[in-house]
Amino acid sequence: MSPRILHIARNTFREAVRDRVLYNLIAFALLLSGAAIFVGQISIDIERLVVVNLGLTAVSLFGVVIAIFIGIGLVSKEIEKRTLYTVLSRPVRRWEFIVGKFFGLAGTLVVNTFFMAIGVFGALLYVAHKFSRPDALILVALYFIVLEFLIICSLALLFSSFSSPLLSAVFAFSLFVIGSFADDLRGFAAMAHGATRWFATGAAYLVPNFSALNVISAVAHEQPMGGQLILQNTLYALFYTAMALSGAVLIFERRNLK
Amino acid sequence: MMTARRCTTVVAAICLAVSMAASVLLLRHIDKIRPQATLEDVLYVSSPTMVKRASLGFDGLMACIYWTRTVQYFGHRHYDYAHTYNELAPLLEITTTLDPNMIPAYQFGASFLAPKPPTGAGQPQRAIQLMEYGIAHNPDNWHLYYDLGFVYYTELKDYHNAADAFERGSKVPDAHPFLRIMAAQMAVHTGDFTTARMMWSAAFESSHEFNIRQNAVEHLRAIRVDEDVTNLEQAVARFRERAGRAPASMPELAAAEHWGGVPVDPDGDAYRLTSDGRVEVENPDDFLFITKGTPPGYKAPMPKFHAHE
Repeated sequence: MSPRILHIARNTFREAVRDRVLYNLIAFALLLSGAAIFVGQISIDIERLVVVNLGLTAVSLFGVVIAIFIGIGLVSKEIEKRTLYTVLSRPVRRWEFIVGKFFGLAGTLVVNTFFMAIGVFGALLYVAHKFSRPDALILVALYFIVLEFLIICSLALLFSSFSSPLLSAVFAFSLFVIGSFADDLRGFAAMAHGATRWFATGAAYLVPNFSALNVISAVAHEQPMGGQLILQNTLYALFYTAMALSGAVLIFERRNLK
Repeated sequence: MMTARRCTTVVAAICLAVSMAASVLLLRHIDKIRPQATLEDVLYVSSPTMVKRASLGFDGLMACIYWTRTVQYFGHRHYDYAHTYNELAPLLEITTTLDPNMIPAYQFGASFLAPKPPTGAGQPQRAIQLMEYGIAHNPDNWHLYYDLGFVYYTELKDYHNAADAFERGSKVPDAHPFLRIMAAQMAVHTGDFTTARMMWSAAFESSHEFNIRQNAVEHLRAIRVDEDVTNLEQAVARFRERAGRAPASMPELAAAEHWGGVPVDPDGDAYRLTSDGRVEVENPDDFLFITKGTPPGYKAPMPKFHAHE
């Protein structure tokens, strides 16, 4: 990786930390410890299930919110503060700026997820008093969540490269919701006929398929994850991220910044 | 002298504390005016499919929330001695649609649905539907077949279907051996006390869940009382045949039967003999599920569990 990309990524990470993004960890810790303690008192026989489901869902949702709300401002904030002109007046290519911003945001989310994962395992230890072999599957779910973040970061950057922060947030969040229904969209396409079928199928494959990356429920029930699924989900997320980032670079390269 | 800034801080802090206290007090008063408002039996979304869609893929967490809501709903209704549990079956349906692998929802759900009110909702057919749905999604879990057979046996006295459920369960890999025995017992459906004791002992042994085990303990205590009272009433009948009158007291009956002492219930209290020859327990409130040994017109109290014998 070019040192310029690395510098931009590092600065993006520092900026996110300065913006107190990691404060969400406090809310996460309160949520999880509260659930671990109280669920046993108000429900029956689902303590572990709640910790895994709630923990992983919170990791996912907190991360998605951070990815969208930081991602949408990455380009526009630099333009607004006019710091972008300072950066681009140096020997930094526009694509390096976009890619650097992406890695900075992705790094922030990975660090955030790492601390949240410690919280999930801590809560699990509290309710179960010991770790068991199937608990390792939680790492697979966390890995898939990180892959999901990569896609959302790239989409937020894509929208940020040509649109206002508000519209970028709307677009990114809408795609997150639609992506969660990707399997249903494919189901609708299968039921349609003619041009509608082609259109629906195209849309189903164009939007990110987040349902394939969501294995929280399966992991909570200790269902095994195949190596093929891990490999293919990894490749899917990387290709989709590359696609969205390429789109962001293409737009940003041609954007008139004057 | 207090600075203006400090003065503002103090006033704002006092305002905050007073407002917070006032809002809490007001809310408590409002709750008294509309007491059922916060616990209203409403399913805002009754379609399980719709709830699953709306969960955006986080259906596992939604299932946990709905299961907790089910437990709370049942608990509140049960505590209020309710005779209707209209939302119980829909709540369980939503929970198990969201997460078809949530085994506690089937096991406890069936025990909430099947028994007659006020112990349960009195909907054994819905309990059977729930268990069959659970078995369809978790065919390798022998506990579900056991619970299904249990509902057929205890609530419907349907020995044929109970035997079928136990038989199906006994074929599951790693199934507990007692399932085969239960299937055989059901096929001949003789010795009701023995069978019932075996069922509840199995329920006690096969679960680590406190409430299931305590429920089993209560049933085992009740079975012992029912069996004791049946035997004592037979002894009274024998005495009546021999002496031409009812025994005057339990010691007289015990002496006539050569028991070597007055028979006692699981709590150690002596059984009472009424003037008309009926046998009663000393404290019927301590035996929630007894069907015999209670005074005429007796109404069972709220459940309270005892330590395992």
